[in-house]
Amino acid sequence: MKILVVEDDAEAGRYLTRALGEAGHVADLAMDGEAGLEMALAGSYDVLIVDRMLPKRDGLSLVMALRAEKRTTPVLILSALGQVDDRVLGLRAGGDDYLTKPYAFTECLARVEALARRQNPQSAQLTYRVGDLELDRLAHRVTRGGEEILLQPREFRLLEYLMRHAGQVVTRTMLLENVWDYHFDPQTNVIDVHISRLRGKIDRGQGGSLLHTVRGAGYMIRDNAR
Amino acid sequence: MPGRLASFRTALGQVIRTSAFKLSAAYLLIFIIFAVFVLGYLSWTSRRLLDDQITATIETEINALAEQYRQGGERRLITAIERRSRQSGSFIYLLVDRRGDSVTGNALLRVPALDQSPGWIEVNFGAPDEPADVNRLAKLRVFLLPSGFRLFVGRDLEDRARLQEVIRRARRWTVLLVLVLGGFGAWFVTRRVLARVDAIAASSARIMDGNLSERLPVTNVDDEFDRLALHLNQMLDRIGELMAGLRELSDNVAHDLRTPLTRLRNGAEEALRKAGTLEESREALLRAIDESDQLIRIFDALLMIARAETGNLATSLQDIRLDDALSGLAELYEPLAEEAGLPLRVTIEPGLTLRANRELLGRAVANLLDNALKYGQPNAEGEGPAPEIRLAARRSGEAIEIVVADRGSGIPEADRERVTERFVRLDRSRAKPGFGLGLSLVHAIARLHGGVLRLEDNAPGLKAVISLPAGLAPLPPDAHNPA
Repeated sequence: MKILVVEDDAEAGRYLTRALGEAGHVADLAMDGEAGLEMALAGSYDVLIVDRMLPKRDGLSLVMALRAEKRTTPVLILSALGQVDDRVLGLRAGGDDYLTKPYAFTECLARVEALARRQNPQSAQLTYRVGDLELDRLAHRVTRGGEEILLQPREFRLLEYLMRHAGQVVTRTMLLENVWDYHFDPQTNVIDVHISRLRGKIDRGQGGSLLHTVRGAGYMIRDNAR
Repeated sequence: MPGRLASFRTALGQVIRTSAFKLSAAYLLIFIIFAVFVLGYLSWTSRRLLDDQITATIETEINALAEQYRQGGERRLITAIERRSRQSGSFIYLLVDRRGDSVTGNALLRVPALDQSPGWIEVNFGAPDEPADVNRLAKLRVFLLPSGFRLFVGRDLEDRARLQEVIRRARRWTVLLVLVLGGFGAWFVTRRVLARVDAIAASSARIMDGNLSERLPVTNVDDEFDRLALHLNQMLDRIGELMAGLRELSDNVAHDLRTPLTRLRNGAEEALRKAGTLEESREALLRAIDESDQLIRIFDALLMIARAETGNLATSLQDIRLDDALSGLAELYEPLAEEAGLPLRVTIEPGLTLRANRELLGRAVANLLDNALKYGQPNAEGEGPAPEIRLAARRSGEAIEIVVADRGSGIPEADRERVTERFVRLDRSRAKPGFGLGLSLVHAIARLHGGVLRLEDNAPGLKAVISLPAGLAPLPPDAHNPA
């Protein structure tokens, strides 16, 4: 995956590009808003990571200029600003996701990968399959090895989100945002309990476990066989 | 001496520049003008009164003389004048012949008698035996007799002049007295005002120098200065509280951030020193990540509180159906609560709507639920009501109340105020994870929405109530950002 990082802090930018590189992506770095916009327009990037506070042209204006050029490249906005509406403003300007500094790299990576996946047409498919686990979005049906599993509506949405991002790390905050629509970091392990309940339902006995905990990051649903 | 003079000049300048002094001076001027006018009027009317009286007595005397003249002609008139001139009295008589020489009388005019035409005149005169430079004023009636003689009858105006003089002197004294007394009064009042102002200025200078506990002097006369000083003192108290809070915050930040930072550093050092297996190094690194996640959480919480305290809700307000919002949260927390042995009982009055920031409100309720889960375990086993967490929403008069109640050990009444401050953790909770920011955030969010956070006794346990104004929009957006 090709990622453009627009970040004026050299150290943070290099760290981010290096870490993205180690995660198997190709990352370029632009140090100011103008350069960032130029590179974003010229290159074909899968995801942009844009800092809000940039010299020459700020992050939001960069995103707006990009959207004005009909570019739909997903953008993750990074911000150290602390206002209630920052997130709303960032998304309104055309950003796709918003992450407040300081952040954990795993969180950033998980979100970047989720954003790239969102662009992918296969993400909107009607059924998901991981190993012998199947989720039918239309029929609201989940089966494992052909055997139906009864899930609560919220558990269904949780599993649906995990399966849409199968093979990717999904963080607790991402789950809280996408399944419960709350954008805060849960202080206690609320999400963990939901996951373990879900795990109890789908990983019962046969076929080994599919839902994994990734320490220091979040969860991942993955077919062990592959 | 020049120094004293200079300092007197400065003091004088200070006094003169004060508004109290200027006001006094203006009043003084008005009073002087008024006094001068009143005395002038008095003088004028008394003069007229005296004049009328004098004229009347002269007329009477003239009538008597005219009677004599009618009965016996000039000769009899002269006899009458001679007789009357000898009598002690203040009438003035003078009869002059055609050449202007005195024929008889008790006075001499200081002006040529022949120039005077008949009628009323006021001229200087003297007694025949007095030197020529003695001048007294008289009011005279002049008659031209058929023989060509001129008769002058009148009265000395000495009394009138004396009265005028008395009034003039009174006027002078009044002005002088008003000036002196008024000046002293103004000086005194101004000095007093200046003394108060100086005292306040001196106190504020000391406060600015860092003596922050000092307060402005308040006398007990309850005047405008006292009112001002009281208000300023209240302001200083508030600032003092804020500063104390800030100091406490920075102390706490130092402590609460240093502790995890130290753990982080110690862990890394230990891992380096031991240089164990790859697996052990991995473990150490994962612990380090956990520690830094903790740090990030503290940062997030602090940022969030700062946002809520200074935030502007304008663009993020929406109409929220409380049953939707709260049941979502309840459903999020239910498994955890159940696992902790604290069943979550939810009673939400249907149909409640609220105009709020859903995100922040959710965060506040989540914080309260977090707390209830953390501290909601009953103290003594087997006693009191069964452990549970109650999440309720109801309308209460003009307010909508969101209640999170537990059956734990609660918060002692004395501490309830304190726990909403940042980083305040009660000793009992030190052992539990947390940073002492949860209730601060709830408090800030409630206030941002124009409501309050109340902590009450749930007997046993804690009952946290977020009370928000119902029906009304929360505070207008500009109320938070006066600028």
